[in-house]
Amino acid sequence: MLSIEYYLILSALLFTIGVIGVLIRRNAIIIFMCIELMLNAANLAFVAISRNLGEVEGQLFVFFVMAVAAAEVAIGLAIIVSVFKHRETINVDEVNSLKG
Amino acid sequence: MTAEHILFFIFGGVSLIGAISVISFRHPIYSALALIVTFFTQAGLFVLLGAHFVAAVQIIVYAGAIMVLFLFVIMLLNLGTLSLKGVLSGKLKGFAIILGILLAIEGIYIAVRIRDNQNTAVASSEVAPDTSYSISEIGETLFKDYLLPFEVTSLILLAALIGVIVLVKRENQPEN
Repeated sequence: MLSIEYYLILSALLFTIGVIGVLIRRNAIIIFMCIELMLNAANLAFVAISRNLGEVEGQLFVFFVMAVAAAEVAIGLAIIVSVFKHRETINVDEVNSLKG
Repeated sequence: MTAEHILFFIFGGVSLIGAISVISFRHPIYSALALIVTFFTQAGLFVLLGAHFVAAVQIIVYAGAIMVLFLFVIMLLNLGTLSLKGVLSGKLKGFAIILGILLAIEGIYIAVRIRDNQNTAVASSEVAPDTSYSISEIGETLFKDYLLPFEVTSLILLAALIGVIVLVKRENQPEN
């Protein structure tokens, strides 16, 4: 049985890559993918700690996170599509006004 | 070096390479494909952790539904040429990488602290059993103890559904 810190360190590294991606990329779709990466890193930590403590709850939280991620992606991509129809760009530096 | 170690380093390494590819490829399609690789390797890690049902759901929901949505939108918007300009903002890049390194150090420190705390806890009690839960156990806990959060999740999905319909419908109204 592999010790828990391997999984937690991998989870921390994946989360960090997601954060760096959100900070350096300006394409809204790639920013969304990086958010998915961060949610997945959190899921990995949940499952690792769930096995370590011998509790099933950690795996249940993963399902809730997945449901929220699915809702978030559906809404986010709909917003991206409507922003693109309006502005012809999805560069987040150029989309700086809430007025339609 | 057991088989679990070898599998962990294969899955973990591929997962990290995929994640780095997501943020470094210029074209969003390549990023999406790299993200699918990361999701599959994470499903492998879930199997290593004994969470077989979570691994199956990971592939069905993430690699299946969510990534199809991403690819669909990328192809719908046809971003091939647009994405090539201004992918990286130079001012923020160095700052972001410094912040990322700090965050990684913090995460690794927390992981090591959890391990150390556990070693002292393990000394008094026995090691947690290497459990792998069956679907029936997960379902029993989900529908008995976590029934309310489960129902709230369905409300979230309903709100997302209505939100998407409203967002798309607004586009069809005449602008004035």
